[in-house]
Amino acid sequence: MIHQPENLKYTREHEWLSMDGLTAYVGLTSYAAEQLGDIVHIDLPQPQDEFAKEESFGTVESVKSVSDAYMPVTAKILLINDKLAENPGMINEDPYGDGWIIQIEIKDPAEVENLMSFEQYQTYLSEEH
Amino acid sequence: MTDLNTPLYQEHVALKGRMVSFGGWAMPVQYSAGLMTEHECVRTRVGLFDVSHMGEFLISGNQARPFLNRVTTNNVDLLVPQKCQYTMLCYPNGTVVDDLILSQLAENKYIAVVNASNVKKDFDWLVSNNKEGADLTNISDQKSLIAIQGPRSQELLNQSLGHDFSGVGYYHLTEIKFKGIPLTVFRTGYTGEDGFEVMSDNQHASAIWRLLLENGARYQVLPIGLGARDTLRLEAAYSLYGHEISDAINPIEAKLGWAVKFEKGPFTGSDVLLKEKKDATRKVMGFEVIEPGIAREGYTVHNESEQVGFVTSGTHSPTLKKAIGLALLKTAEANIDNVLFVDIRGKKKKIRLIKTPFYKREKPV
Repeated sequence: MIHQPENLKYTREHEWLSMDGLTAYVGLTSYAAEQLGDIVHIDLPQPQDEFAKEESFGTVESVKSVSDAYMPVTAKILLINDKLAENPGMINEDPYGDGWIIQIEIKDPAEVENLMSFEQYQTYLSEEH
Repeated sequence: MTDLNTPLYQEHVALKGRMVSFGGWAMPVQYSAGLMTEHECVRTRVGLFDVSHMGEFLISGNQARPFLNRVTTNNVDLLVPQKCQYTMLCYPNGTVVDDLILSQLAENKYIAVVNASNVKKDFDWLVSNNKEGADLTNISDQKSLIAIQGPRSQELLNQSLGHDFSGVGYYHLTEIKFKGIPLTVFRTGYTGEDGFEVMSDNQHASAIWRLLLENGARYQVLPIGLGARDTLRLEAAYSLYGHEISDAINPIEAKLGWAVKFEKGPFTGSDVLLKEKKDATRKVMGFEVIEPGIAREGYTVHNESEQVGFVTSGTHSPTLKKAIGLALLKTAEANIDNVLFVDIRGKKKKIRLIKTPFYKREKPV
């Protein structure tokens, strides 16, 4: 499953969200993956855990650093990508495909509207970095 | 304060180095290949490092040796021309001003290579303690240093400089001229591999760097950033100033007693260090994390009932593919195979104390 970057929603912390009804997949953008470098470990929550918008739901570690991953919208965890435990480097290799991190149930669809579009995220990247 | 640039700054930018601030210098943390690839390149082939940010001092005159013997921990009487020695400067309380490589260039002439972030502190320390009256010169601003590290380093250097370096032993140096350019070539490094460090005047650094990159194409040479430099040194369990040794951790605690020579007579810190040798209450030990997770610098280490130390350096080892680190622990807990816990952001994960170095290269045939 490949999520087309043009169709995704984005956070200022470089997560992407792919919405399908009230469920969505969440991952890190290619920009975030590249900035982190080779990802070697990831700590993820349990299914059914609930998080508020912008709350840290896990950590992503490269050799050099630890970064939080933030929930784009208030949500409940449905699935975590189990394959990342064995192969966290998938986030670098395929950030919009096999490198997805969690599947969530969205509590308030209106929150998704406040996320950035692909174009807005590109502009954000060029302004911030 | 803006960061200083080494003479190779433009080379790093051209090679897409990701520049970060390190000890007052703008240095590449990695290049486009990335840390893991760079690390593997040094373990299997050869890599180039810009270490021009490090400091160099000349110590000369007939008072140089007695002065150095009094302010450093190792025995300077073991040096002869073209020989190098790992040593430390200590405070009177035994903690560390800096670690350095001291080399003898000629009769009454020595060169010290010190950590980038400590250059001013070290030179001021030497000047203020120079009661013997040795001649001290800080040549850091004039000198560049390029490290060539990895199993193919000798081949690359021989071909690039048209000189046979096979006769230069580990921790020895030679001074040559390459196309009229004077070079000091040390067989030293900080990676756990065979390797060299080539010192030149600043204006020649770019030409040497490019020559090595061009000649190294046949070995798929890569430039290596600070990120891989740190994982390479940690796999080899080399101490890093500010981590395993510092103004709060002494060489005995850091298991660097092999570079502290009491038989040479008193030196700065020796009375404290001699007591520490018998009674040190803390010790740096290597560990592996045996549950998923990476222990980072500063994380606390615990036994079943209390905190027993903290992590001084920790990372994911690219070669061993597991989380490793060094920790300063209470001596009572500092036993190989002891299982302790590291607090990784609020979660206790098991670690096992293991022998260091974590990685040791096979001896050359």
